[in-house]
Amino acid sequence: MSKNKEYLIKRGNSEYEVIIGLEVHAQVLSKSKLFSDSPTNFGAEPNTQVSLVDAAFPGMLPVINEFCIKQAVKTGIGLNAAINKKSIFDRKNYFYADLPQGYQISQYKDPIVGEGSILLDLPDGEKKVGIERLHLEQDAGKSIHDIDPQNTLVDLNRSGVALMEIVSKPDLRSPEEVNLYIKKLRSIMRYLGTCDGNMQEGSLRADVNVSIRKTGDKKLGTRCEIKNVNSIKFMQMAIEYEANRQADILEEGGTIDQETRLFDTKKNETRSMRSKEDAHDYRYFPDPDLLPLELTDDFISKIKKEIPELPDEKKKRFVDKFKLTPYEANILVSDIETSKYFEDVIKNSDIKLATNWITGELFALLNDRNLEISQSPISSKNLSSLINLIKDGTISGKIAKTVFEIMANESKDPKSIIDEKGLKQQSDPKEIEKIVDDVIKENPKNVELFKSGKDKLFGFFVGQVMKKTDGKANPKLVNDILKKKLN
Amino acid sequence: MSDIINLTLSALINKIKKKELSSQEITNAYIARAEKSKDLNTYITTDFENAIEKAKKFDEKGNFDYKLPGVPLAVKDLFCTNNLKTTAGSKILSNFIPSYESTVTQHLWDEGAILLGKLNCDEFAMGSSNETSFFGNVESPVGKKVVPGGSSGGSASALAAKLTPATIGTDTGGSIRQPASFTGTVGLKPTYGSCSRYGIVAFASSLDQAGPMTQDVSDAALMLDVISKYDTKDSTSVNFKRGDYFKSLSSNIKGKKIGIPKEYRVDGMPKEIESLWQDGITLLKKLGAKIIDISLPHTKYALPAYYIVAPAEASSNLARYDGVKYGYRSEGENLISMYENTRSEGFGDEVKRRIMIGTYVLSSGYYDAYYLKAQKIRRLIKNDFDEAYKSVDAILTPSTPSSAFKIGDKTDDPVSMYLNDIFTVPVNLSGLPAISIPAGKDKNNYPLGLQLIGKAFEEQNLLDISYSMEKELSFKNNLQDWWIK
Repeated sequence: MSKNKEYLIKRGNSEYEVIIGLEVHAQVLSKSKLFSDSPTNFGAEPNTQVSLVDAAFPGMLPVINEFCIKQAVKTGIGLNAAINKKSIFDRKNYFYADLPQGYQISQYKDPIVGEGSILLDLPDGEKKVGIERLHLEQDAGKSIHDIDPQNTLVDLNRSGVALMEIVSKPDLRSPEEVNLYIKKLRSIMRYLGTCDGNMQEGSLRADVNVSIRKTGDKKLGTRCEIKNVNSIKFMQMAIEYEANRQADILEEGGTIDQETRLFDTKKNETRSMRSKEDAHDYRYFPDPDLLPLELTDDFISKIKKEIPELPDEKKKRFVDKFKLTPYEANILVSDIETSKYFEDVIKNSDIKLATNWITGELFALLNDRNLEISQSPISSKNLSSLINLIKDGTISGKIAKTVFEIMANESKDPKSIIDEKGLKQQSDPKEIEKIVDDVIKENPKNVELFKSGKDKLFGFFVGQVMKKTDGKANPKLVNDILKKKLN
Repeated sequence: MSDIINLTLSALINKIKKKELSSQEITNAYIARAEKSKDLNTYITTDFENAIEKAKKFDEKGNFDYKLPGVPLAVKDLFCTNNLKTTAGSKILSNFIPSYESTVTQHLWDEGAILLGKLNCDEFAMGSSNETSFFGNVESPVGKKVVPGGSSGGSASALAAKLTPATIGTDTGGSIRQPASFTGTVGLKPTYGSCSRYGIVAFASSLDQAGPMTQDVSDAALMLDVISKYDTKDSTSVNFKRGDYFKSLSSNIKGKKIGIPKEYRVDGMPKEIESLWQDGITLLKKLGAKIIDISLPHTKYALPAYYIVAPAEASSNLARYDGVKYGYRSEGENLISMYENTRSEGFGDEVKRRIMIGTYVLSSGYYDAYYLKAQKIRRLIKNDFDEAYKSVDAILTPSTPSSAFKIGDKTDDPVSMYLNDIFTVPVNLSGLPAISIPAGKDKNNYPLGLQLIGKAFEEQNLLDISYSMEKELSFKNNLQDWWIK
C-alpha cells in the first residue's frame, strides 16, 4: 500500500496507525443445531425451534451434529487453514436468562481449525490477512426487553445454533480493509455453502478489536473490544470513532484501558460495557458430556474433494481464460451466484459483451430494485440471447437497451419482444440506400454545408435516417452508405 | 404375602412366568408393605395407583417373554420419569415433572417392569448418608436411626426393607456400592459408558453411572442385561459387545487371579473390616482363585482428586437450575437477585458447598493448581489399575472403611463424611466396573461389604467372582421389621 493511501489518525504532529482484529461469528448453514436435532429456521415463532436439550432440561445431553463439523472443516480448508485432527469442546460458564445451560459449549484451547489466511484485493495489490483460528460454539437465546414493560421475555429459537467464531490476526489497518475482509470471508463461506452470510438475519456478526500506535512503533497498543457489531457500515463507524477516541486520550497524555465496549448505532459512538477488572471468569473446562473430537484423515480428505473452485482461483481463471481485467474478474467472482450467472451467459455468447452487460446494465437494475442476482428478472439464458442478437446485428446496442428494459419488466425472451414490438434492425443495404437518398433529397441545404466542410452535420444525416426507421436501421450500414453518398 | 416379598427378583420372575403369581398380587404386596414402612422415608413420590393399573393390564395381556414381566420396581429419584415428579432430592426440583423418560428406566419398562415410585436420595446425589435430601433423611432397616448410606440411600433402604424386589441407583463416587454395603445388599457400578446417562439428573458427568441394586448377584446380572445398552443420545455411551450376563453366570473361578492392593490398608481401619477382607481372601483361595499382592501407588490421591473433579463438574451441571425455565423460583428485584434468591433457597448446604468448591477450583488462576492437577492424578490412578490388570483379573477390597453410622454422626464434619468414599472413588475416577457384595457383619450386627473391581467392560468376570463368593458366604440380613406399622 502506498504511503499516501494509508489510513492514519492525525493529532498535531503525531500520526497514529490503527490496528484491527476481528472475531467474526458466522452461523453455520445447517438444518439442525450443533448439539440437538431442532431446526434452525429464521423468523419462526418464538420458542418453536427448541428441544429439551436446547432448553437444558435435567439429564439432557448434547450430541454433536456431524454436518456442522463438516461445515467447519470445509470453512477451514477454504481459509487455507490447518485442520486440527483433535479438538475439544469446553464449557464457558456464565449466568444469563437466555443461556439455559448456564454455560455455552465452545472451544477454548483446542479449536477445530488453526492458522490460515485470507487474500484481500486492494487497489494497489493483494494483502494477506492472517487467520488465528476457527472454533465451533453454540449460540445463546435472545432476551427481549421491549415487549412487556414488567418482564424480560426469552426466545430460545437460537439457543444451540452452531456458530463458527473466526478470529483474524491483528492485520487489518483501516475501515476499508475491514470492509474487504468481511466481504471476502463472506464470499468464501458462500462459495463453500457453510454460511449464508446474511447480516440482516444475524448470520454474520463481529467483535472488533481496535488499538492504535504511533506510526513506526513496533509495539501494539492496548486494545478495546467492540462487541457484537452486525453490519460492515457499523463496524467501520465504530472503528473510526474508537480510533479517534483513543487518539484523543493518548494525545492528552492518557492511557487506554483494556475494556469491552458497545457501539451505539444511534449516537455513533462506542461506550464502555465492562473493564478488564470486571471481565467474567468463564471457568472454562472440557465438557465432560462430550468426548474429544477426533477427525480421521479420510474424513478430512473426503471434505477436501468437495471444495469447489474458490474466489481466488476463479478470478485467476477468469483473467487467464476469458481475458478479463483483474478488476472485472473481481467483480464477477465476489459472489458465487454472479459468477455462475456470468459463466452461464458466456456459454453461448460473447465474453466482452457479457461482462459489460452484467457489470453495467444488469447490476444497475439489481441495485435499483435491491435484488440478489438469483432473483434477477432477466435469466442468464435471456441475457445470453440478447447479447447474441446484438452480436449478429439483429438489433443495435441502443435498441438492445430498450429490449433490456422490457425484459426487466416482463421477463420475456428478447426475440419475442423484438418480434412483438417490431424492433428488428433494418440491415438491408438497398432499403437503407433508398432512405439515405430520400434524406439527401429532402435536405439540399445541409448537403451543401456538409460538402463545404461542416463535418459535424454528418450526425444530423444519421439522425434523420434513424428517425425515418424508428431507430431500427443498422447504424454501421447507415454510416457506410451516408459516407459514400455524401462524398 | 410375606412369601412374595421374600423372593428374589429372579425367583419372582419365575413365578410370574409359571403363572403362580400375578403381577397384581406382587404389586399389591409391595405397595402394602410400603404403606406400612413410611417411617423409613424411602419414597419421595409414589405412583401406586398407576402401578396397580399397569399390573392389571399386564395380567390381562402381558408379554411373558419379557425379562421383567409385570415386575414392580421403585427407582432412585435421579432418573427422570415421564409425567412423574423427579426431584433429585432437591427443593429446586421439588415441583419438576419431566415430559420425558431416562433411557435406563425406559429399558426397564420396555422389558415389562412397572414403576412403583421414586426413591429418596441425597440432594443431587451429593452425600454418603442420605442426610442431604430436601425430603428428609432415610432410615436404614438394619437398625434404628442408622443411615442407609448414600447417595442411593432410599434405594438401598427400600431394597433391604423389601419394599421393591430390586432397584437402580447411580454411582458417582460410591453411591451404589456404599449404601449396598451398609444395607447388606448387592450394588453394581458398571463400566463408565455401559448405561446411558440420558435423562439422569447430572451430578458429575465424567463419573456418573447408573447400575443395579439387588438382593443377590444373579439379580444384578439380570438387571444389568436390561439396562446396559448403547445409546446414541449419550455421547459417552460405548458401543461394546455386551454379555448375556444372567445366562452366562458361572461360579467356576478356578485360576482367576485376584489382586490385593496394599494401599487399601488404611490407618485406623476397624479390625472387623480388616478381618472381613482377610476372610474374603481366604474364601477366594478356597474357590481356586490365585491371590496376588499388588500396588496401586496413587490411591491416596484419589479422594482429593475426586473432591476437585466432581464438584467442578457439578458447579457447571447445576448452573441450569436458575429459576428461569422450570423448577423452584424465588422472585427478586432483578435477574441477579432472582438467581440469588432461587439458588440460595433452592439448594441445600452440601450442594452449595460443592458448587463453591467447584467454582473455586475452576477459577482462573486456580485451574492449573486444582482442576488440571486433579485430572493428571486421575490419569495416574487409571494407569495404576492398567498396570495391575497386567497381572490380575480383578481386585478385592473392602467396600467402605467402616460400617453404617448413626444419623447425625457425621453431618457436622464433611471431611469425615467424604472419607467414607475412600475405597469407592478410585473406581469412578478410572471408569472401571465394581460390585459390592454383603460379606459379614460388625459388632452391632450391621452389614459389611466387600468390593470387587474389574477390568473395563468385563462385568461378567466381576459377576462370576462375586456369584461364587456369594454362594459360600450365604449372607443373611435377618431384619426384624421393627419399622413396620
